Amino acid sequence: MTDTDETPAGVRADDTRGDGLDARLVVDRGSFRLDVALTAAPGDVVALLGPNGAGKTTALRALAGLVPLTGGRLRLDGTPLERTPPEARPVGVVFQDYLLFPHLSALDNVAFGPRCQGVGKAEARAQAAAWLERMGLADHAGTKPRRLSGGQAQRVALARALATRPRLLLLDEPLAALDARTRLEVRAQLRRHLAEFEAVAVLVTHDPLDAMVLADRLVVVEHGRVVQEGAPSDIARHPRTDYIAQLVGLNLYRGRAEGHTVRLESGPAVATTEDLSGPAFVAFPPGAVTLHRHRPTGSSARNLWRCEVAGLETHGDQIRADLTGELALAADLTTVAAAELGLHPGVEVWAAVKAAQTHAYPA
Amino acid sequence: MNEADRETRAVTLESGSRRGRALRGVPLPLLVPALVGLAFLLLPLLALLIRAPWRSLPEQLTSPEVWQALQLSLISATCATALSLVLGVPLAWLLARTRFPGRGLVRALVTLPLVLPPVVGGVALLLALGRNGVVGQWLDSWFGITLPFTTAGVVVAEAFVAMPFLVISVEGTLRAADPRYEEAATTLGASRFTAFRRVTLPLIAPGVAAGAVLAWARALGEFGATITFAGNFPGRTQTMPLAVYLALQNDPAAAIALSLVLLAVSIAVLAGLRDRWMTASS
Amino acid sequence: MTRSTRRTRTLRAAGVGAAALLALSACSSSGSSGSADDSSSSGSGASGASSAKPSGTVTVFAAASLKESFTALGKEFEQRYPGTKVTFDFGGSDTLAASIDGGAPADVFAAASAKTMKTVTDKGDTAGAPVTFVRNQLEIATLPGNPHKVSSLEDLTASGLKVVLCAKTVPCGAAAQKALSASGLKLTPVSYEQDVKGALTKVELKEADAAVVYKTDVKAAGDKVAGVEFPESAKAVNDYPIARLRNAPNATAAKAFIELVRSAAGQKVLTGDGFLEP
Repeated sequence: MTDTDETPAGVRADDTRGDGLDARLVVDRGSFRLDVALTAAPGDVVALLGPNGAGKTTALRALAGLVPLTGGRLRLDGTPLERTPPEARPVGVVFQDYLLFPHLSALDNVAFGPRCQGVGKAEARAQAAAWLERMGLADHAGTKPRRLSGGQAQRVALARALATRPRLLLLDEPLAALDARTRLEVRAQLRRHLAEFEAVAVLVTHDPLDAMVLADRLVVVEHGRVVQEGAPSDIARHPRTDYIAQLVGLNLYRGRAEGHTVRLESGPAVATTEDLSGPAFVAFPPGAVTLHRHRPTGSSARNLWRCEVAGLETHGDQIRADLTGELALAADLTTVAAAELGLHPGVEVWAAVKAAQTHAYPA
Repeated sequence: MNEADRETRAVTLESGSRRGRALRGVPLPLLVPALVGLAFLLLPLLALLIRAPWRSLPEQLTSPEVWQALQLSLISATCATALSLVLGVPLAWLLARTRFPGRGLVRALVTLPLVLPPVVGGVALLLALGRNGVVGQWLDSWFGITLPFTTAGVVVAEAFVAMPFLVISVEGTLRAADPRYEEAATTLGASRFTAFRRVTLPLIAPGVAAGAVLAWARALGEFGATITFAGNFPGRTQTMPLAVYLALQNDPAAAIALSLVLLAVSIAVLAGLRDRWMTASS
Repeated sequence: MTRSTRRTRTLRAAGVGAAALLALSACSSSGSSGSADDSSSSGSGASGASSAKPSGTVTVFAAASLKESFTALGKEFEQRYPGTKVTFDFGGSDTLAASIDGGAPADVFAAASAKTMKTVTDKGDTAGAPVTFVRNQLEIATLPGNPHKVSSLEDLTASGLKVVLCAKTVPCGAAAQKALSASGLKLTPVSYEQDVKGALTKVELKEADAAVVYKTDVKAAGDKVAGVEFPESAKAVNDYPIARLRNAPNATAAKAFIELVRSAAGQKVLTGDGFLEP
C-alpha cells in the first residue's frame, strides 16, 4: 500500500527494512474465541474496527504480549514473537486512557522506555526532549500528567510509545478519552504523526470516522472473527455485515442476483442497475428513500414497498424513520416532509427507491 | 404537613450553618455509640494523665535506665519496620499480583500473628529460631548466630508481630492500584521487577508509608513476643513496654511515668509522619 | 411528626447502649460473680466461726509457685466439706496484691514473699496477722544431665554460660540477688525474666543453660531440667505468708481453708512438692 518512498526526511532508510507484520492471533477465553489474521507492510496503518466485545482490544493485547496466544503465529519483520515477553518485543502501545505514570513528569514518562532499553540517563532525557519537541510539547516537559490536557496527554503517550523506536505501534481507542472539540484537532495531528511513522501501526477503534481518517486499511472484527477488510472507501461502499452497514449509514440486504434484480432472502426483490448473478449484497442510503402515504402512480422508481413506521428519531437536521413491512429499512426525510406526511409510529407508508440509487455487489 | 411545607422546611435546614447541618445529618443510633466508643478509647489515656506523678516525673525520667529503654525501643522498632518493609512489601505484591494454588491459605497464614497471643508467638519463635530451634540450631552451628537474648532477637520478635499489619496494608493498596500501569511499563521495555520498582512502588508509596507507620507503632508497643523470645536485659533487650511491665510490679508511679514517655513519643512520631507522608499523597 | 421520630431515635440509641452493656455483663458473668448468693449462707460472725460448717464458694488468690500444691489441696477441701467449691487465681504475688487493693472479691491470699503480703496488710486489707505456712528455697535449674557440670552458684558466673534470673522486682529475683550478694558473687545473666516460670521455660527450651529458680519449680518441671542445690540458698529463703482478707465474702470457708493448709495433711502435700516447713 505504501512503501519506503514515503518515509520522511531524517529517518534512516534501513529503519524501514523488514517484512512488517504477519500474524494470526488465536486466543481462547472460555466461551470467547478470538481468531484474527493480520498482515501489514511497514508504513501501513491498519485499523481494527468492531463493536464492543468483538475482541479488538484482546487482539491488541495479544500483539503486545500482554495476553498469551493460545494458537496461531506472530511474526514481525520475519522474527517470531509468540514466546517473547512484552518487555522484549519491539512494540509500542498507546493505551486508551494513556496510562501516563502519574509520579513522573512528561519528560520522564517519555524517557522511561529508552532508560529501560539501557540508554544513559542524560541521553534518554535528551531523546525524550526531542520527542516532546516534535509533538509540540517542549513547554510541558516538566509537567506532571494530571496537569496536562487530554490532547497533550495523548501526545505524550504517543511520544512515550515512539521513543522506544518500535517496529509495531499499537493504539487502543486513541481518541476515545477526548471531548468532541479536542478530538477533531488531535485526530488531525495523530494522522500526521502516523503518516510519518515508518513501521507498522495498528489502531483499535469503534468509531468509523477515526478508522477512516487515520487508517489505510480497515479490518472489521465481529465476535472474534474478521468479517471484512479492505480500503476504507471500499468498505464504506460495499459493507458486508449489518454492523458495518449501520456504521456507514446504508440499508444492506443479502440475496441472489439475476440480471438487474436481486431477490432477497426475506422475499422481496430489489431492482438495480448492475448486472450480476449469484449471491450478492444490495445497498442504498436512507436518503435515497422517498415515502408516500398512498401508492404513488406516476413514480419512476422501480422499487416500491409497502411498510409501516416503527419509530422516528431526529438525525442531525433530518428525521430518520425506521420502517418494517415488506422490507425493513431506514429512511431519511426532512422535518417538513415528515410533518406533511403526518408520520407517526403505526402509520402505513409506501417506500420508493430508484434503481440507480441502489448498489449491488457479489457476496 | 403538606408536601410544599416540608419542602420549605428542608430548604431552611439546608441553609443552616455548616456545622449544624453536619451534626443534624448524623443519625442518633450511630452518633451515640460513636461518642461512647470515643470516650471508651480516650478515658484510660485521660486517667493516665490525671494520675501521673507529675511532681516526681522529672527525676523518674532522667534516670539512665529510662533513656536506655527508650533508645532501644526506638531503634528496634525502626529496625523491625525496615525488616518488615524489605520482606513484607514483596510478600504483599506476591499476594496481590500473582496467582498460585493455595494463595487464600497463604494469605490467612500471613495474618495469623495478628490473632496469635504474642507470648505464643514468642514461644513459636523460640522453637523456630532459638538455640535449639528447627532453624536456629543451624544458624548456631553454621554461623554461630543465636538470636534469643540479643537486640537482633528483639527486632525479630517485633517484626514477627508487626509485619502482618504492613502486608495487609500494602496488599490492600496494591489491589486498589491499577495493574495496567505495570503493563504499560513492560510494553516500554521494563522487566517486571523494574516495573515494580519504578512504577508500582512510587504509586503505592502512601499505602506503604501507612503500613510502615502501623507496623512501627505495633513494634514499639510489643511486649509478649519480645520478652518471651528475647528476654529482658537492660540496654540489650529491655524495651519500654518491658520496663513498664516490670516497674508496675513494685513501683506503679514509675510505670505510669514510663508509659507517658512512650505515649508522647508515639504521638509525636505519628503526628509528624501524618503531616509529611499521608496527606502529601491525597 | 418530627418530634415523635426524634423520640424513637433516642430510644433506639438507648437500645444500642443497653445492648452494649448487656454484652459486657454477659461476658463478665463467667468471671467473678456467683459469690452473691454464697455470701448469704456463709454467715457474718467472725468470732466462733471455726465451729460453723463451711459451705459455698471460697476464692483463693495464690502465688504462681503454689499452683500444683494448692490445686491438690483444693480438691481435698471440697471432699472434706461437701457443698463447697474452691476457685483459684494463680499469678504473680504483686499482681494479685494489686487486684486485692483494687477490690477483687477474694477470701484468702497466699503470697510468695512477706514483702508483698506487707503491702496488703499495710492497707488494712487482711483480717488478722498473716502466718507463714511454708518456705521456699532457691535451686539452680540446668539442662538435663547437667552437661555444663554446674555444682555451685559460683559455677554460674563462668563466661559463656547463659544464665537467666528473675527480675529483681519479683520475689525469686530478689531472693537470688540476696544469695549472690551474701556470697560476694557478681553474675550477669542474659535476661531478667518477668517471673519464675519464664526463667524455667528458658531452660526447658534449652535457650538458657541455667536459671536460679525455686526448688518447687525444679520439682514440677520433672526431667525437663536438672536441679542443683547450693548452700547459699539458705541465706535467701522465701517465707510464704497466708491470710484471710478483710472483705472476704466467705469468711468461714476461708478460715477452714487456711486451717487445712497449715494442718499436717496440708504440710505433707506442700513438702511433697518441694516446699520447706516453716
